[in-house]
Amino acid sequence: MHSTHFWLTRPFRERSTQLFLGVLLAAMTLVTLLHVAVPQGHPLYVNAYTVNLFGKYLSYALLAVAVDLVWGYLGILSLGHGAFFALGGYAMGMYLMRQIGDRGVYGDPVLPDFMVFLSWENLPWYWLGFDMAWFAFLMVLLVPGALALVFGFLAFRSRVTGVYLSIITQALTFALMLAFFRNEMGFGGSDGLTDFREILGFNLRSDATRLGLFLASGVALALGYVVCRAIVGSKLGRVCVATRDAEARTRFLGYRVERFQLFVFVVSAMLAGLAGALYVPQVGIINPSEFSPLFSIEIVLWVALGGRGTLYGAVIGAILVNYAKTYFTGAMPDAWLFALGGLFVLVTVFLPRGVAGLLAYRLKRRRRSDDDGASGNENSATGSEATP
Amino acid sequence: MRRLLFLWLLMLLAVPLGAQAQSSAAPSAEDADAVAIELLEALDVDSFPAKGRAIEAIVASDDERARGWLQALLDGRLQRADDGRFVVVLDNRGRDWPVEDALTGEALGEMSRRDLDRIGINNALRNQLRSAIAVVDLYSADLALRRASAERLLGEVDADLAGPLAEVIEGEEDARVRRRLTQALAIHRLEQGEVAAVADLDGSLHSRVRVALNQAANGDDPVLADAARDALNGIEQMLKLNRAAETLYFGLSLGSVLVLAAIGLAITFGVMGVINMAHGELIMLGAYTTWMMQQLLPGQPGLALILSIPAGFLVAALAGIAIERGVIQFLKGRPLETLLATFGISLILQQLVRTLISPQNRTVASPEWMSGSIAVNDALSLTLNRMVVIAFALAVFTALILIMRRTRLGLEVRAVTQNRAMARSMGIRATRVDILTFALGSGVAGLAGVALSQLTNVGPNLGQSYIIDSFMVVVFGGVGNLWGTLVAGLSLGVINQVLEPWTGAVLAKIVVLVFIILFIQKRPRGLFPQKGRAAEG
Repeated sequence: MHSTHFWLTRPFRERSTQLFLGVLLAAMTLVTLLHVAVPQGHPLYVNAYTVNLFGKYLSYALLAVAVDLVWGYLGILSLGHGAFFALGGYAMGMYLMRQIGDRGVYGDPVLPDFMVFLSWENLPWYWLGFDMAWFAFLMVLLVPGALALVFGFLAFRSRVTGVYLSIITQALTFALMLAFFRNEMGFGGSDGLTDFREILGFNLRSDATRLGLFLASGVALALGYVVCRAIVGSKLGRVCVATRDAEARTRFLGYRVERFQLFVFVVSAMLAGLAGALYVPQVGIINPSEFSPLFSIEIVLWVALGGRGTLYGAVIGAILVNYAKTYFTGAMPDAWLFALGGLFVLVTVFLPRGVAGLLAYRLKRRRRSDDDGASGNENSATGSEATP
Repeated sequence: MRRLLFLWLLMLLAVPLGAQAQSSAAPSAEDADAVAIELLEALDVDSFPAKGRAIEAIVASDDERARGWLQALLDGRLQRADDGRFVVVLDNRGRDWPVEDALTGEALGEMSRRDLDRIGINNALRNQLRSAIAVVDLYSADLALRRASAERLLGEVDADLAGPLAEVIEGEEDARVRRRLTQALAIHRLEQGEVAAVADLDGSLHSRVRVALNQAANGDDPVLADAARDALNGIEQMLKLNRAAETLYFGLSLGSVLVLAAIGLAITFGVMGVINMAHGELIMLGAYTTWMMQQLLPGQPGLALILSIPAGFLVAALAGIAIERGVIQFLKGRPLETLLATFGISLILQQLVRTLISPQNRTVASPEWMSGSIAVNDALSLTLNRMVVIAFALAVFTALILIMRRTRLGLEVRAVTQNRAMARSMGIRATRVDILTFALGSGVAGLAGVALSQLTNVGPNLGQSYIIDSFMVVVFGGVGNLWGTLVAGLSLGVINQVLEPWTGAVLAKIVVLVFIILFIQKRPRGLFPQKGRAAEG
């Protein structure tokens, strides 16, 4: 691996990254055109609601990429990534809350409505600075990153791995959910933060802002994807994969495994925070339910369905599952949990490498049959090498 | 004792006693009835003070029916029929009331409410009646009545009662009644400013005693106030101990629920290295089995509960076998995937219950022998249902320990846990052990559900609320170690209860979670790590 190129530009030379970015760009352009250029009422017209929905999917996709980075390449099954997502979301929510200014129900120029309601006198110290966009956007990355740093430092140092790590990440997000449900925390309790008006001066309810947020989510996803790809393709990424497949052996080879784990874990948490920050203005609310263990484990399903260890699989999975969710909760609300539960079972038993694995398998088979006309055993794609 | 009563009455009452003395001296039935009618007749007057005197006469009459009359009068059920007879109304709902003769106790069928005339009383008379009944009960031969009456007298003693009460205490044989009456009298003496009374009250935990001592401590008499304060301090110390005992009890009961919920998980996790996220839903199945059983056997909650124990075990065990055969066996050696798949199963099971039964919570009735509580002392009483759950958890735990230590299955399970490959090469059929272990662990989850149904409502989310706690217990205790699970479950329960008064329930839970997360850093294999040569597990 000769790294004469700058590490961030190298992914652009990869075929898969080019393909992914091309498809993403094409999809974003298409949606924009269909929204802006096609007249309303035309069958191909994409309305603002749908644009908003796609924007939401894209922020979920970024979250899925973040989870795939740690699960697919590091073998860490985090059942608590929803916590980083929600923290990023809360940082963004606090900024949006301060932007409301005196237009709230109680008309207090500084305090958000729920604080006036709780008859608080002053803004708590941790709310200071969130009226400035640059500070809030920095916190979107720093707060989840700091939590991941502390948590990861403790966990990886004492070599907590495997199912133990999964369980304590789940406990982490559960504890945070309980904490954020408390009114005394100063984050709006069970109602969370909502009633947002504008972001950076743009009205959040206008169609143009929605399109802008959709495009921003797409750009963030592209950026996140490239960063992950760069990490994965570097020497550091190879150590990660080695750690995933044989942690003890990598350690004996002289690598400080916990440092690699910690670095990647923190990057992943920051990406998740970014995804949350993009998600919140698009749905208009952030509340403690985003911390629920169910949500965190659902993210893992997106990655599993798409195919872990591929990054683009995570994106496919996130969009597929969430599209299905939108459809089911509208059409047959009772059936959604059956479908979700069934997906968990089917994917883990029959599709251990997800949709991406299926695609790769098809591709390989076609190539091989083109080459020498088949034969040989072809079970390589379905799961013999999947375990960390 | 009767003599004492008469002495008191002589002192107390301005009622001529001739008739009564005669009636008890020569108790012929007609005489007694004549006297009784006279006594009741005296009640049917307009003046309340006159009624008060009539009540005193009834108390003094030594008639066996006196208590019944007083109680009926207090409840407004002593009434006079149009024909002049005194009757006791048994049930005053509707238009026609069943009544019985106040003198003979013979049932007179139903009478229209319009033919009946109630003997009215006012609040002063009500108070008088209450203490009169208490006094009559004090002379009863029935120990339970005497005890109840002594309880009622605490804080109700006035100057009139004080004298005779002292005599009653002398004659009383039961230590508990005597102690209670002494305290009742001492409260009165305290109110009179008697310093020596404090000694009698020292060490009592009853709230009435504390109220009286508090009053004395804030009173004008400095000597009395000091003595009262000293006694109060001592009582406060003992109360603290009692509160600690209560917290411990609540903690243990919460802990035993955790142990029940977690121990099945500990078995499957320990043996197969498999995380069964559907474990909570197996608990839920056990709870719903109890509910179903009660629907099948209406009116017999006790029997239904007993039958639910094997039924809950079976239902959950069968569900466990289905999960193991249907999904987990295909995911051998892939613990993280197993976690996801079983999570999917848990979602399906939850939704199944919502669709088939109801999304609403169901209440499971508790049998009578589980409701109520045991009073250890005045400040501490232990509820029975929690005690039964603690005992049940210990019984299940003991049974599991015996299975693991004394049976062939247990031996094989331990062998497979320690070294699967070696066990198989020694001829143990690991697959069969897997199935049986999973069935056992799931069945125990079902038992946990049966127990939980007695403490909370049964709903589709029941399992979810326990799954994270159960994992915490298993991880804290050390995987594959039943004793670890027991110690971890009980101590987490107690820690939670100790923290709760300071921090509130939610924060206590958060603190415990954070504690475990930190604990895992220090001891990644739990309190009691499994000994073995595996470098990583």
